[in-house]
Amino acid sequence: MTTHHTFSNFSSFCFRAGLTLCLVASGWPAYPSSSSGPSASAASPSLGRGDLRWLDRVTFGIDSATVARYERLGRGKFLDEQLHLPGDDPPDLAVAVGALSITQQTAEQRMRAVVAEQQRINGVGGVGGRGGLATEDDKQKARTALNLAGNQVLYETTKRHLMRAVLSPAQLREQMTWFWMNHFSVFAGKANIRWTLAEYEASVRAHALGRFSDLVMATVTSPAMLEYLDNAQSSVGRINENYARELMELHTLGVSGGASGSRYTQQDVQELARVLTGAGLNLTDITPKVSKERQSQYVRRGLFEFNPPRHDFADKKVLGKTIQGEGLPEIEQAVTLLCRQEATARFISRKLATYFVADEPPAKLVDKMTQTFEHSEGSIADVLRVMFLDHEFIASLDKAATEGAAYEKFKDPMQFVVSSLRLAYDGQTLTNYQPVIGWLTQLGEPLYGRVTPDGYPLTEPAWTSSGQMVRRFEIARAIGSGSAGLFNTDDNKPGPNIGFPMLTNRLFFDVLEPALGARTREALKRTASQQEWNTMFLASPDWMQR
Amino acid sequence: MTLSRRTMLKLTVLGAAHSVLPVRGIVSQVFAAPGAGDAKFLLVFLRGGYDGTNVVIPVGSSFYYEARPTIALPKPDPNNPQAAISLARPGDAAVWGLHPALKDSMLPLWQKGQLAFVPFAGTDDLTRSHFETQDSVESGMPLAGAGNAPHTYGSGFLNRLASALDGKAEPVAFTDGLPMVMTGDVVVPNVSLKGTGRAPFDDRQMALLSGMYAGTRFEPLINEGFELRKTVAEQAEMMQSGNMNAEMQAANRNAMTARGFELEARRMAGLMRDKFNVAFIDVGGWDTHVNQGNAQGQLATLVASLGQGLAGFAEQMGPEWSRTVVVVLSEFGRTFRENGTRGTDHGHGTVYWVLGGALSGGRFAGEQTAVSAQTLNQNRDWPVLTEYRSMLGGLFRRMYSLDASRLDRVFPRTVPRDLGLV
Repeated sequence: MTTHHTFSNFSSFCFRAGLTLCLVASGWPAYPSSSSGPSASAASPSLGRGDLRWLDRVTFGIDSATVARYERLGRGKFLDEQLHLPGDDPPDLAVAVGALSITQQTAEQRMRAVVAEQQRINGVGGVGGRGGLATEDDKQKARTALNLAGNQVLYETTKRHLMRAVLSPAQLREQMTWFWMNHFSVFAGKANIRWTLAEYEASVRAHALGRFSDLVMATVTSPAMLEYLDNAQSSVGRINENYARELMELHTLGVSGGASGSRYTQQDVQELARVLTGAGLNLTDITPKVSKERQSQYVRRGLFEFNPPRHDFADKKVLGKTIQGEGLPEIEQAVTLLCRQEATARFISRKLATYFVADEPPAKLVDKMTQTFEHSEGSIADVLRVMFLDHEFIASLDKAATEGAAYEKFKDPMQFVVSSLRLAYDGQTLTNYQPVIGWLTQLGEPLYGRVTPDGYPLTEPAWTSSGQMVRRFEIARAIGSGSAGLFNTDDNKPGPNIGFPMLTNRLFFDVLEPALGARTREALKRTASQQEWNTMFLASPDWMQR
Repeated sequence: MTLSRRTMLKLTVLGAAHSVLPVRGIVSQVFAAPGAGDAKFLLVFLRGGYDGTNVVIPVGSSFYYEARPTIALPKPDPNNPQAAISLARPGDAAVWGLHPALKDSMLPLWQKGQLAFVPFAGTDDLTRSHFETQDSVESGMPLAGAGNAPHTYGSGFLNRLASALDGKAEPVAFTDGLPMVMTGDVVVPNVSLKGTGRAPFDDRQMALLSGMYAGTRFEPLINEGFELRKTVAEQAEMMQSGNMNAEMQAANRNAMTARGFELEARRMAGLMRDKFNVAFIDVGGWDTHVNQGNAQGQLATLVASLGQGLAGFAEQMGPEWSRTVVVVLSEFGRTFRENGTRGTDHGHGTVYWVLGGALSGGRFAGEQTAVSAQTLNQNRDWPVLTEYRSMLGGLFRRMYSLDASRLDRVFPRTVPRDLGLV
């Protein structure tokens, strides 16, 4: 902690002094993690249109620090650094994350407290059970308080995600965290999910650039996913197929008969559901009764529990392969089996390319990525490297964007909002994320807010209704005019008066301005104030694409 | 869908004169204004699966009282304000009762014959999954083979209805995003009426913004978005200023004090009487698994707000109300028996509402059966005797004089069923 504080002071000193490079301690490269502010940008005009657009894909959007780092390292080394930056937050961000109450508690502690409180309210044995609060009024008050506490946990989890997306130099890890949280989507509004979401995201983030099968295994053993897709309710003789189906259709192979070449059957779904039986949650400190011969197979890790009496120990056949009844290791076998299928390699590769490259990614590129996925046993970093360094992809980014060009990507709401904040506030630490959460909700893409397990769409038509376009302009104005209260406290008490951002800075003139379209230049010339200039720029078609 | 929408937008840009006009007038130029006598349609989607059984209540069924020991509404009793209200003719025994929260809003419409209920209505979808059933209802397509239903079908039935009306449709969704039911080849604007209704930008700013998008694939969308927001703002201003004729002023006295969904519904009516004729809105919160209440509580609050909204809508439509039909539906009903937490779980059949100024209502429409343990679907929930596609198909055929081929575009492979409501 001492180092963090020291660093924090040091970086604020850098900020005041307007220095561009601060040497960083603790394993982090010489990367200005808290930027020096727009006016001191070291960006030079040497970056071409292609560099800018490539950076806009690898990151959530440029800021001064990213551009400086890119100029220093060049494309290949910049990418390698992005693929291998440590999973820990850089020191000053770590301080902000450390201050959140979700960081100071485990999911287990949190859930225990929730269960105890629910028992205090309702009595033992749920509604109608023994004990509990005396009057309906007291109960309602206590339930409301508990609900507010749950909302606070959800807010902090969301804030942590957004802080990292806006501020972390490990931009590719944070983008991939969003991508996988969307791929392995859970809905915070269901059951107890919001209480364990922070830990779910931490386990996904830890594997975001690692091996795909490890990532799947992390989700299979997570309380949030087991609750969301009802596996916690599935047991031998009382099968719930929900998770088994989505694990194949949405998480690994892709829908049967679809573009990935996936060919599983209803029988495979049922067999996989039997494999998954026994994997669930235990919110109490009571260990269930397990017969002597099965006791060694009982597993408990935090809230995750593999409970042998609930497991179907008969043999199963998944995708033509026999899996012998042996408990939790069956699940590992099944996950490995699913991750080794060519359909999985193709499904995941295509989805990555759809997110980063184009709504309809070139088949040749997807082929290359698929082969890399298979040869590297699902190394996500290797697949991303092949994709980002693809010559045709890079060459296409250098060309002037033409209407409907093959490699154009329309920013989704998350990318639009985060890129705008990164540009406008360029490394400054926002304190109040409530407005940001509101914008994402208005645009239809709140974090952990997708009810269905398919995650948000990754292509343009989902985000361009007339109402949503006008809403984007309004958000552009809220950011551009500095009126949103982003520097207030979390409960919206007024903070320091930061005023509106200056987007006509060196970063703009050196990097963004040369790539602007003629109509956008014309509109910017006719703006009446700096705030309006900011608004128009953030609302321009140039800024909507990445 | 991606391709068709994109292609369509490009064609619009290249080929149609209206798309190169500046901001003003786009929406009204895309489609001709509907002539007198043209029908207006509003679909209200109750998301979450509403418990029709406790809103339009089978008070004549002893099984209802056995199955819902803590949440049932008492049998009709003029002296008990907590009791269901009989929907039988005076002197007849009550078979159905209305939730008391609807006494001042929906009961008058029922008595005027402007409200009908369709019990045992729903879909063939038995997944009991919110998202699958909502998607399949909104798509309006026949279900594929069992267990094989695709998640989406590329377009929604209100978009196909707009397309089948050959330029006479002025569709709109009163929602933040474009709902599935309105997706498809026709460009449908959307706007939520929950906000203040102020115009987002002044004319000069709108000109700057749309200038930047001139010639791009977004141009028609943005112009349409601005046009709609301006219309909404003008209408909101008019409702506030009272600058209107006597009949509208009368309706407006209530609009000034309306809040929540009623305010939204009145603003919706203001837009629909002047302009739009195929509209959609959704209302959430109906997934009452726990403590749903009876005469008071969660469900009562939701129902009261819905009823006030619809009554306000009817009033605000003024003379256009007689040309308007409103259908209220939900993805499914709920379990007939209450669960262990004084709520109800996902079920199957439910009760749809049909409202309109010229409706032959005040009655129950569609096929019916006794409400008993024997008639439950899978011993769990209401059976479906009136499938939504055939019902809406029958309604649309009457309202818009659609021929078989047009109707087949809206609801492929459906036999329309005429419930004689319009």
